[in-house]
Amino acid sequence: MASIASAFLVGTLFGFGLAVSEMIDPARVIGFLDVTGRWDPTLLFVMGGALAVTLPGFPLILRRARPLLAEFFALPTKSKLDGSLIAGAIIFGIGWGIAGFCPGPALAALASGSPAVALFVVAMIAGQWAASLLETRP
Amino acid sequence: MSEPNIIGGLLGGALIGLAAALLLLLNGRIAGISGILGGIIKWSPTGKPVGRNPEQEPPAKAGAPVEGSNVPGERSWRAAFILGLVGGAALDAFMRGGLPLRMQAAGPMLLLAGLLVGFGTRLASGCTSGHGVCGLARRSPRSLVATMIFMVVAALTVFMTRHIF
Repeated sequence: MASIASAFLVGTLFGFGLAVSEMIDPARVIGFLDVTGRWDPTLLFVMGGALAVTLPGFPLILRRARPLLAEFFALPTKSKLDGSLIAGAIIFGIGWGIAGFCPGPALAALASGSPAVALFVVAMIAGQWAASLLETRP
Repeated sequence: MSEPNIIGGLLGGALIGLAAALLLLLNGRIAGISGILGGIIKWSPTGKPVGRNPEQEPPAKAGAPVEGSNVPGERSWRAAFILGLVGGAALDAFMRGGLPLRMQAAGPMLLLAGLLVGFGTRLASGCTSGHGVCGLARRSPRSLVATMIFMVVAALTVFMTRHIF
């Protein structure tokens, strides 16, 4: 139960950060990606602010034998640069460039009650589901 | 478009980083939103959960692999995190009296973008948060490559859709 409560509180902090940084505004994201237009560097500051915490923080935390509320650290195990990683990053990049939404901001923006955001999220879930079919194919 | 929001960006970014660090410290998990969402919706076509055998105990050592939404409690914390994500944005909306939200695509293009973002992040095992914020912090070469690719491709996409077509 404690780990579910902590996930909720940490999610709240994350969503609040996405809103404060205005990354839930697709215009901000497109403004950053539009390097030949009127470039908006805000996303760079967001990345910088986040990495300023995680770059030193993660190695310190991973020195521990285990997390505070779980048995073990569940870390990604893939280490090879494979075709899925590259193809997936390209496909994601195209979608991100069209709408200016990546998964976190899109979910957080559901708070606006906008039907367009809900449409995007439903499509995103469908896309994830389709890709998971590829993965689990025998 | 609009003036850069440097203070909000740095502050919000630090909160995002703090959240990612706390999820690792408390729950031992990577705060990659596409992965957290994917763990909820990873069902097989018949609705049966796929992945790790539910009888199997998760190995109790650091860096151990964990996968599948059928490990007990696996769906709950993910759903709680995403509820919080929406709640956190709602909190900011309450404080500033509305959310900044200027949609950049509509109709079929928005739908297509959503499909591509979902499909691509799943295939690449991560998005801006998982690869960008957390993966770089773990010094993962995969995450560095993925982040560079999706940034460049997204910028090229914006260039083509805004300046050429």
